[in-house]
Amino acid sequence: MHKDNQPLIFEITKEGRVGYNLPELDVPEVDVASLLPQGVLREEEADLPEVSELDIMRHYTALSNRNHGVDTGFYPLGSCTMKYNPKINESVARFPGFANIHPLQDESSVQGAMELMYDLQEHLIEITGMDEVTLQPAAGAHGEWTALMMIRAFHEANGDTHRTKVIVPDSAHGTNPASATVAGFETITVKSDENGLVDLEDLRRVAGPDTAALMLTNPNTLGLFEESILELAEIIHGVGGKLYYDGANLNAVMSKARPGDMGFDCVHLNLHKTFTGPHGGGGPGSGPVGVKADLIPFLPSPVLVKEDDKYTFDYNRPQTIGRVKPFYGNFGINVRAYTYIRSMGPDGLKAVTEYAVLNANYMMRRLEEYFDLPYNRHCKHEFVLSGRRQKKLGVRTLDMAKRLLDFGYHPPTIYFPLNVEEGMMIEPTETESKETLDAFCDAMIQIAKEVEENPEIVQNAPHTTVINRLDETKAARQPVLRYKKA
Amino acid sequence: MKHRYLPMTEQDQKEMLDVIGISSIDELFSDIPEKVRFKGEYNIKPAKAESALLKELAQIAEKNADSKKHASFLGAGVYDHFKPIIVDHVISRSEFYTAYTPYQPEISQGELQAIFEFQTMICELTGMELANSSMYDGGTALAEAGNLAAGHTRRKKLVVSEAVHPEYIDVVKMYAKGQNVAVVTVPTKDGVTDLAKLEELVDEETAAVLVQYPNFFGQIEDLAKVEQITHDKKALFVVSANPLALGALTPPGKFGADITVGDAQPFGIAEAFGGPHCGFFAVSSKLMRKVPGRLVGETTDEEGRRGFVLTLQAREQHIRRDKATSNICSNQALNALAASVAMTALGKKGVKEMAIQNITKTHYAKQAFEKAGFVVPFQGAHFNEIVVKVNGSVTEANKALLEKGIIGGFDLGRVNSDLKNHVLIAVTEQRTKEEIDALVQEMGALYA
Repeated sequence: MHKDNQPLIFEITKEGRVGYNLPELDVPEVDVASLLPQGVLREEEADLPEVSELDIMRHYTALSNRNHGVDTGFYPLGSCTMKYNPKINESVARFPGFANIHPLQDESSVQGAMELMYDLQEHLIEITGMDEVTLQPAAGAHGEWTALMMIRAFHEANGDTHRTKVIVPDSAHGTNPASATVAGFETITVKSDENGLVDLEDLRRVAGPDTAALMLTNPNTLGLFEESILELAEIIHGVGGKLYYDGANLNAVMSKARPGDMGFDCVHLNLHKTFTGPHGGGGPGSGPVGVKADLIPFLPSPVLVKEDDKYTFDYNRPQTIGRVKPFYGNFGINVRAYTYIRSMGPDGLKAVTEYAVLNANYMMRRLEEYFDLPYNRHCKHEFVLSGRRQKKLGVRTLDMAKRLLDFGYHPPTIYFPLNVEEGMMIEPTETESKETLDAFCDAMIQIAKEVEENPEIVQNAPHTTVINRLDETKAARQPVLRYKKA
Repeated sequence: MKHRYLPMTEQDQKEMLDVIGISSIDELFSDIPEKVRFKGEYNIKPAKAESALLKELAQIAEKNADSKKHASFLGAGVYDHFKPIIVDHVISRSEFYTAYTPYQPEISQGELQAIFEFQTMICELTGMELANSSMYDGGTALAEAGNLAAGHTRRKKLVVSEAVHPEYIDVVKMYAKGQNVAVVTVPTKDGVTDLAKLEELVDEETAAVLVQYPNFFGQIEDLAKVEQITHDKKALFVVSANPLALGALTPPGKFGADITVGDAQPFGIAEAFGGPHCGFFAVSSKLMRKVPGRLVGETTDEEGRRGFVLTLQAREQHIRRDKATSNICSNQALNALAASVAMTALGKKGVKEMAIQNITKTHYAKQAFEKAGFVVPFQGAHFNEIVVKVNGSVTEANKALLEKGIIGGFDLGRVNSDLKNHVLIAVTEQRTKEEIDALVQEMGALYA
């Protein structure tokens, strides 16, 4: 891998080259200007590249070589569940009968797609312990907002218009408070106690007649199971609020505890995490929402229903919150998730969780001697270390993360959750072998030793990547967000 | 449990339990209270072997009528377009599709640069000053534009043309409800926004005017007039545009749009029953710090080499939490990559040529329908869609067309009671003269 500047596609363009072969224009040509009003025919062409097909393939191949994916190497990014993305999923999603169908076709001509969606919903209902599932939300945060809008509609339907507050723990994902705001709620933070769990006393203090909902991830972002989940549910239900499950960490509890049995009223899932839709460099995802019976009337419209062996979309939903997305959700990702669930089966999904949790606990025990472990108890699918000890020696968690790049690893999630100083959140997933976990732990241990013996090598990392640390301040102060010809 | 995705062996398991100091995996779940513990296994379908599963799913897929085997004249926001074959080859490179969001720039330069190029291409097409790295789809992008405008202007009313895609309007209303913003719709006249009514409805409380270009009926709105009416009241001018059309049409940026959004689906993205597609979001520079979602910016490393990073993150949920400009986290990065490859392959000349082909073939279809005696009620300029009036049920006709290998147009009666027995026909560059002639002939026979 060379360390020179990688040219932008705009920098290798040459007038007169083409990379396309359009269908033939087999109808009479017309003077398009004569068909358009004055000033509507574009005068100045959009300055897109002019390159050959090989130019394009070389360009993107070079870019791919400058990118780390799960198929490149270990990716223990906490809270992101970077497991293997099965190749069968990709093949199935590209079947013409799934990829090349239009959402507005007559329902009789897309019964196969609707059958798959319906069966996926049935599977997710069983997995979450909910009563109904919608596949409409496009991603996790979108699912959060969808469920909060349903909760809002539920309270409003009860004449309960003063429930303006959503409670989130201090360890919550940033999307939780952001979704609450977008749904028109005010966010109230509840503290964690010394064990890293929701502080029950603080929750009793903040919960009240103005509480719309509590949003909870279980296990939480520290990878710890909220043992008092039933008491938490009782407190929230006791004041008339709803309990919301953020499914980001579902990989930790499949076949072990279902949100529906823990007292949750609604849940969103990240099919691109637990159910192997690939992350795609940031998306697309899919964020189905499951609800208990009393929220069903408020589901986004349309709702997929099955009568005899025929599937239809029901638009006659008088209490629906409306539509959160055009059409029916990220179908292509849902096809991948369905393929995965069918590849694993019930025993497979159970093993997924058991091995994910075993892997995390194993790594935690191998590393606890070398880093601070703020919460020393069995974790679930991930755990959080603190770089406090190393910080005292002048090396920050960011430095250690960058040093891991030199070993060929993607670093853990760092500085999150916010309630751990110099946090490093490690999630191995079940698809990694013991050899991979050991090699990563060895690298971490070596870095811990380097911090003591040769801190500069860590402070100046990375050393082997195509580029060194980038000037983020410059990027934000003088934003250059597009290419412009010199 | 042996499974090809699970490398754990019995020996591994034993060694790992020893290090942890426990004797069974169950102990790791002892913190789950007995009362909520799930016993046994899920009651779901058993695992299926690779080849058997492929076969079963192929059979389910076969039940659907796809646009590979049929000639599709269905548009209404999702189109069967030419997709350069290389698109799938690039996005199938797993360095791209198995990567997470590029938060570690040193090992994510490929993705970051690809997004930077995407942002540039969207700016070029829309004529806007900057674009973000993608939104879920065109509908949510338009809805976020409405919310941005309400926040920016501190006004609580959006004025939306009824010639905007009806499902987009639904989503705009949903997002606006969350922010307690009112949505007022403007009726159409002759298939375009009624400008006199628009002028009546836009006032000092209006945060933004939202129109679509070309609009839901395929007609081309008078953006110059809409701009004037909008900016007279200091509201933001928001355009939802088909990016392919902008290969041939003057871009919204030239007409003074403050925000241009849309869906990049026409560029190399599968119809996929409505998703995932790829929203885009482009703005004038004064709105830079209000943009939702991720932005990639150029910078340098210590040795002066050019590199790219996620930037201006103080807008985003993971930093700003409840004060973020949006709750969006995951976006549509892989589809933005697909669109980039398609836009690159088509390039400067191809995007224009393809857009003009759409206008030309649609014009041919319009003339053919009129020659066959059909009424085409909206006679304004069109892009790749026209409305045709028929004397009977569109849905029933579409069932008959399907038998002939044709996926018919969109039944407008489904969304607008004034347009019962009207069909929205899309003619892309993919449709041949023969297919267009067959459609007109079959419809002629059906409605004779």
